[in-house]
Amino acid sequence: MSFISYLINGVSLGSIYAIIALGYTMVYGIAKMLNFAHGDVIMIGCYIVFVLMGSFHLNSTVSIIAAVIGCTVLGVVIEKIAYKPLRKASPLAVLITAIGVSYFLQNFALILFGADTKSFTSVVSIPTIKLAGGDLTISGVTIATVISCIIIMAALMIFIKKSKSGQAMLAVSEDKDAAQLMGVNVNKTISLTFAIGSGLAAIAGVLLCSAYPTLSPYTGAMPGIKAFTAAVFGGIGSIPGALIGGILLGVIEILGRAYISSQLSDAIVFAVLIIVLLVKPTGLLGKQVQEKV
Amino acid sequence: MKKSNMKSINKQTKSMLITYAMVIAVFIIVEIMISTGMMSSLMQGLLVPLCIYSIVAIGLNLCVGYLGELSLGHAGFMCVGAFSSAVFSKCMMTSGMNETLRFILALLIGTVVAAVFGWLIGIPVLRLRGDYLAIVTLAFGEIIKNVINVMYLGRDSKGFHFSIKDSASLNMQADGKMIIDGAKGIVGTPNQSTFVVGIIIILISLFVSFNLVNSRTGRAIMAIRDNRIAAESVGINITKYKLMAFTISAAIAGAGGVLYAHNLSTLTALPANFGYNMSIMILVFVVLGGMGSFRGSIIAAVVLTMLPEVLRGLADYRMLIYAIVLIIMMLFNWAPKAIEWREKHSLKRMFGKKEKAEEVQ
Amino acid sequence: MALLEVKNLGISFGGLRAVDQFEINIKKGQLYGLIGPNGAGKTTIFNMLTGVYKPTDGIIKLDGEDLVGKKTIEINKAGIARTFQNIRLFSQQSVLDNVKIGLHNQYKYSTLTGILRLPKYRKMERKMNEKAMELLKVFELDDKADFLASNLPYGEQRKLEIARALATNPKLLLLDEPAAGMNPNETIELMDTIRFVRDNFDMTVLLIEHDMKLVSGICEELTVLNFGQVLAQGKTKDVLNNPEVIKAYLGE
Repeated sequence: MSFISYLINGVSLGSIYAIIALGYTMVYGIAKMLNFAHGDVIMIGCYIVFVLMGSFHLNSTVSIIAAVIGCTVLGVVIEKIAYKPLRKASPLAVLITAIGVSYFLQNFALILFGADTKSFTSVVSIPTIKLAGGDLTISGVTIATVISCIIIMAALMIFIKKSKSGQAMLAVSEDKDAAQLMGVNVNKTISLTFAIGSGLAAIAGVLLCSAYPTLSPYTGAMPGIKAFTAAVFGGIGSIPGALIGGILLGVIEILGRAYISSQLSDAIVFAVLIIVLLVKPTGLLGKQVQEKV
Repeated sequence: MKKSNMKSINKQTKSMLITYAMVIAVFIIVEIMISTGMMSSLMQGLLVPLCIYSIVAIGLNLCVGYLGELSLGHAGFMCVGAFSSAVFSKCMMTSGMNETLRFILALLIGTVVAAVFGWLIGIPVLRLRGDYLAIVTLAFGEIIKNVINVMYLGRDSKGFHFSIKDSASLNMQADGKMIIDGAKGIVGTPNQSTFVVGIIIILISLFVSFNLVNSRTGRAIMAIRDNRIAAESVGINITKYKLMAFTISAAIAGAGGVLYAHNLSTLTALPANFGYNMSIMILVFVVLGGMGSFRGSIIAAVVLTMLPEVLRGLADYRMLIYAIVLIIMMLFNWAPKAIEWREKHSLKRMFGKKEKAEEVQ
Repeated sequence: MALLEVKNLGISFGGLRAVDQFEINIKKGQLYGLIGPNGAGKTTIFNMLTGVYKPTDGIIKLDGEDLVGKKTIEINKAGIARTFQNIRLFSQQSVLDNVKIGLHNQYKYSTLTGILRLPKYRKMERKMNEKAMELLKVFELDDKADFLASNLPYGEQRKLEIARALATNPKLLLLDEPAAGMNPNETIELMDTIRFVRDNFDMTVLLIEHDMKLVSGICEELTVLNFGQVLAQGKTKDVLNNPEVIKAYLGE
């Protein structure tokens, strides 16, 4: 029974990674950049909910909506100020700038909210389910997380397949210049990508802090790195890849922690990533690109 | 025809000499300031870390600037160098070995062990490209840090005992002593990293790096960076030279780690000192200092480490300002519009140079 | 005996047969042309000859040595050097260093010798500089030895690529559209240079070219490729008057 409950916890954690990984993978697919600050957007989203619920006593739904809007705006503003001027510069320059943005967000939160770890109250009011005569418990957060992940994935796939903006995103990720020639507004599409990715980050953040109820300015950093790992694992640029990568990563982490060593669980996750990339150098669902001579 | 050719060599030599001279000049100035009491003890405490960052940045520059591969795992090589040398020093402390000789051996051991790790990790990793390589080096760095945190090594009259569970399972005799105590790390490493030692290691790293990039091997490494397919077509063994550059780069980072280990009496593998954050910090030095410019790496390491200290009066705001300065510098140095504006007003970059191999320094 | 002997060479990409039953025999010292419409498979053949692509079937022999399945660097050491259709220089390095990289396997010293700057380092570097300058002089690039390769004008970049290929001391030189992007005067100059290289370096040259003036001006024999197959082969004049060839080039 404990194996199944570990598995469920793994899927739950993996769902959070998957939602965060979406932000990485979409931005990478379209802007060809590693948005290192994405993990810190998650943290900002959590603080918004924390403050609105704790200090302003708003209800959780309103707080979450506010956090999503706040993060969406934040993502778009970051893109406009820090990344857009560098669009034609070396990818390494963009990476370092993103690191700068990450430092900025962390220290901004540090000044505003202090370095101490806040305890976050879960926003999920779904009751815990007991199965198999109480041997197997599934917490409300887990249920909410998995359902959110499924809804987000489905909505995103439909959006990209059916809507005009979604098609524009596909076109830009395929070939930016060609898309521009065909009349796609590249700047708008990139902004939209950042908006969606950052909005999702807020949701992921709230779920993360509901499951692991602590909040500090560095809360977003490690899950951010792990979610990026998940995106690479599944094949960066691929949305189903983010889902598969995220869930596998979550399951491996929880099972590794339970059965091998709690201190080595991160090492196990990274080791699996390395093995996957050595066998499939562009991730599980990534496209193989051959250099033309 | 000979003349023009001589000129290019002189240019490289000149640039090299300027860098050596800069390091030595800084050393002399600092020594004077210390002896006249003009330097606060806070600043004195920063001297060795500055040397460490400079050394690791020189090593990473070989990898990023010359080989053209982005590594986010150099903190891992530092970590390996630090721990292997600290274990050696600790074991030899009671042997009565001459202290200088012991430190030199520790330095050699740390460097060689880091090189071996660089080589072993390089074999699989260097087949990957770009961001995939970056994330895998980051993964290796994190694995190294995590594994060291669960290592227990002890020594008693019967010899060495090793475990990855806890200190109790070492089953040591009563006279046993812990060497590596899991997450608590290594306690009581001799403090032998002085500013002089740091400067000497910087000079050695510079000597190795300069001479490497200005040799047949260095040209092959840069050829791979500039055009892999063309390099292959003129008979350059891609795998061999990539691996060589990566290994040497890791070895220099390892030397930085040795200095780190012998600077503090307690050595632990924390996210702050050997995690990916450290790798990223060093990468920031390399990129801001100018890829391919060793002098730039040192200047950036010093300026960016000092910046938060200079801003200390601003308390909590200092890291925020640091972040803003970093973003502005990147935009100013790299944004196409900023470059255009600078050229119009003939302004120089804030510091550092753009990647240009003609200015091999 | 032929220097380069290719028999029944073919390659498939997925289901697509890009080159089929390709044959060629090039004698030592020849200037040989490989022509054909765009997409006929000319560069693919170069890529097979240099080990970039592995042929699906066929034989490639250089001086009697079988080259199929060997890696690019082994083939270069065996004696084939090439230039690229889209110029591939070491753009961030000096003109001189580009040629010195070509000399990589001709003048060797170990990495440690280089780092410690032992006497052998100085001796070898001096020899490399002399040899490289000698090659640059042939292409009239010696006064630009210090320039960054990417700062050279287009025509000179093509020349530098040939100089770099020659530095590897090949038996056979493959030139992929050496006159592309050159004006008529530069092309005439290039023709002289190619002849000079053949005569003074004892070189055999196989070149892909669209410029018919260059082809008819310097190639002694031609092979025409169309849809991956040999359409005509023989003396330049005969091939260019072949009605099949004219049809393939001009359409019907």
